[in-house]
Amino acid sequence: MTIRSILDIIDAVLLSDKERHLDIEVTVACGADLMSDVLAYSESGLLLLTGLNKPQTVRTAELSDIKAIAFVRGKVPDTATIKLADEKDIPLLVTGLSMFEACGRLYQHGLRGVSTLCILNARKR
Amino acid sequence: MPENDNFETGLFFLTGGDFDRAGEASSELRKVLLSKDISLDIIRRASIAAFEAEINVIVYATAGMLRFTLDDKCLHVVVEDMGPGIEDINLAMQEGYSTASEEVRAMGWGAGMGLPNMKKNADEFLLLSDVGIGTTVELVFYLKPKRIKTL
Repeated sequence: MTIRSILDIIDAVLLSDKERHLDIEVTVACGADLMSDVLAYSESGLLLLTGLNKPQTVRTAELSDIKAIAFVRGKVPDTATIKLADEKDIPLLVTGLSMFEACGRLYQHGLRGVSTLCILNARKR
Repeated sequence: MPENDNFETGLFFLTGGDFDRAGEASSELRKVLLSKDISLDIIRRASIAAFEAEINVIVYATAGMLRFTLDDKCLHVVVEDMGPGIEDINLAMQEGYSTASEEVRAMGWGAGMGLPNMKKNADEFLLLSDVGIGTTVELVFYLKPKRIKTL
């Protein structure tokens, strides 16, 4: 699913002026406010939905190959966060929807989460 | 170092409580790895594990450092700190166990996943800790991994 479609589905705005960000594809999604959990259970190629609008969200995304971040509940990030995302070339989206509503809409449109199997495997390893 | 294309070392100082810069050292390490011929899966695992170790220093210790040595066979990351040390390592290795403050949790950290996640991502993981003195984490990543797949 492209960022372009995601913006439309969750009524979000893109905090970036890079046209090519619209064509970035994500294959799975994950919703979490705890970056510790994101680091433990994420996959590459991921869209992260979160309410944590801080630079550490961008760091987490950079270091775990997350493709894009969508801030829910209208959590607009501060300039330090936007600047860091720009440096790391990670698109930031903001939606006024709740976490549940945003995830629900994306799921309805066919985007799936990090598989349960992946989480179980991670726990076993 | 004879005929070793990958050879590189690095050292970064970490300051306890400096959350704004948390991840910078790991980010620099990742940049070095990306400039070499190393598989993206290994880079991702190394970045995540180094980041977890870096966050632990910032959350718990006064100061610390992250060092790495890279050669053709492996990446060796050592993160040591001047911190309170870990009283019960078995307990600390349990997923979900954490002694982090509410403040730290509000920043998205302290879910008790850090140490188990380092162990999960590294090919070799060594944790040494002296209460009142500090903690050292050693992470080794084989660049041509022979990992046994589990279901």
